[in-house]
Amino acid sequence: MSTIVFDKVWKEYGDQIVLEKISLTIASRAFVALVGPSGCGKTTFLKLLLGEEAPTQGTITMDGVPLVAEPGPDRGVVFQRYSVFPHLTVLGNVLLGKEFRSPVAARLFGAARRNAVDEAMALIAEVGLAGSETKYPAQLSGGMQQRLALAQALIMKPKVLLLDEPFGALDPGIRADIHVLMKRLWHETELTVVMVTHDMREAFTLGTRVIAFERPRDRPEERERYGSLLSRDIYIWPPRIAGEPSLFAPDRDDPAIPLGLSQDDPAPQGDNP
Amino acid sequence: MRWINTKPSPAVATLLMLAPFVLLVIAYGVGSAARLADNPSDKLLPALQTMVDAVNRLAFIPDPRTGELILWSDTAASLVRLFSALGISTLIALVFGMLVGMLPYVRALLAPFIATISMVPPLALLPILFIVLGLGETAKITLIVIGVAPAMIRDLALRVIELPKEQITKAETLGGSSWQIALRVVLPQILPRLITSLRLQMGPAWLFLIAAEAISADSGLGYRIFLVRRYLSMDVIFPYVAWITLLAVITSFALDRLRIVVFPWSNLGVR
Repeated sequence: MSTIVFDKVWKEYGDQIVLEKISLTIASRAFVALVGPSGCGKTTFLKLLLGEEAPTQGTITMDGVPLVAEPGPDRGVVFQRYSVFPHLTVLGNVLLGKEFRSPVAARLFGAARRNAVDEAMALIAEVGLAGSETKYPAQLSGGMQQRLALAQALIMKPKVLLLDEPFGALDPGIRADIHVLMKRLWHETELTVVMVTHDMREAFTLGTRVIAFERPRDRPEERERYGSLLSRDIYIWPPRIAGEPSLFAPDRDDPAIPLGLSQDDPAPQGDNP
Repeated sequence: MRWINTKPSPAVATLLMLAPFVLLVIAYGVGSAARLADNPSDKLLPALQTMVDAVNRLAFIPDPRTGELILWSDTAASLVRLFSALGISTLIALVFGMLVGMLPYVRALLAPFIATISMVPPLALLPILFIVLGLGETAKITLIVIGVAPAMIRDLALRVIELPKEQITKAETLGGSSWQIALRVVLPQILPRLITSLRLQMGPAWLFLIAAEAISADSGLGYRIFLVRRYLSMDVIFPYVAWITLLAVITSFALDRLRIVVFPWSNLGVR
């Protein structure tokens, strides 16, 4: 379980208010897609979740416990770039989280290492990188690097996976493939996912819930004193439920297939409609 | 075609690479021949044959007084000083570079201090070093370390700070402690830069070595050059300079190969 609650969270950098009064409950195993214009505080929101930044006011709790203001192994992350370590091979990258179990050497030996390698190899195969174990990230394409970043994060079995425009730099074909992978991982793993994206289609394809941030007052002289509010909170309908087959075609932009269901529109159901 | 788009073929590139060296030797030969034609006992630009004789004498015939092969004993003395100093500098740079780069407290404490120290002209400290540490090896090695280490520390600390924040965050989400992140994420990524930094500091290191040897030593390449200067022995000085240059070039090349062999990933981004 990993229910995340934002209670009246404000984030300011000096005089600049970035986020205002964000109250939000993210259910366990939800897949929240976060959209909004550039500079609306999406990445700041993710940094709060990650623990890189602390809220100026308000609290963030996970399962009732306040979030530690430091990134930790309960929250995995995949960034758009620089998510993998260039000096480690594919296997080394995935293994690293396991190797951090050894406090001083930060390396595993003998049976412990063999077990970790087996687990890592399985995960590498899972994300479709079998056969590339000995390659370095610079030898992989952008899509493969992001697959590697997913495997690297998932080996820690995090409760929450945070994605910061992870597929933004990929071309559409590769992106569609990795969406399929992402969906499968979300269904099969005990994960709550929060994804920042610029791509509306991606948000509605993958998410169970789409949240938009927006600055209601965006005149230049107002920009500093007013932050972004949570302006839209849309639950995808019919609901997608982790681990259960979708009632629906996975991609709403696909050719329509008659499904015998009456309502196709996303119906607003959130706390702040 | 624009000039910026014309590229030499590999063969032409090799020829172009060799041309300046050949031209230098030819220019020297012409100049030397002209001076020697005027005055056969001219010492300023000795003939190539004279230099070959000098090298032969220094490298292969034991010195009648000490029984040593002078070129090799000089080289050994200089390289021991140079490499011990570079070894110490590398170690200092690695430890302090990582501490300053990774820990904000240490950065606040030491970064301005190191920046100031690196501005002190090391040669101005040489008299102090000779007075305090004596005329032996310690003073010479210390001079090189003082001259080289601060720049290397700053270079490495900058490289650590330049590592993408995302990488460090990612390592934290994988459960790494500060020590583990230093060991597995930061250290391996700055070691290639350390080697490059060392290569760039070879020039200053030789400068400080020759300077220290010129003032006080009883062997070494710099000592020999400044010793034979009294007799205007250009036939020894020129080959010694060429030899020092060759040593520096070989070291630099070897270090770069070492980097590529040990850290193959560090050359992958370079096309």
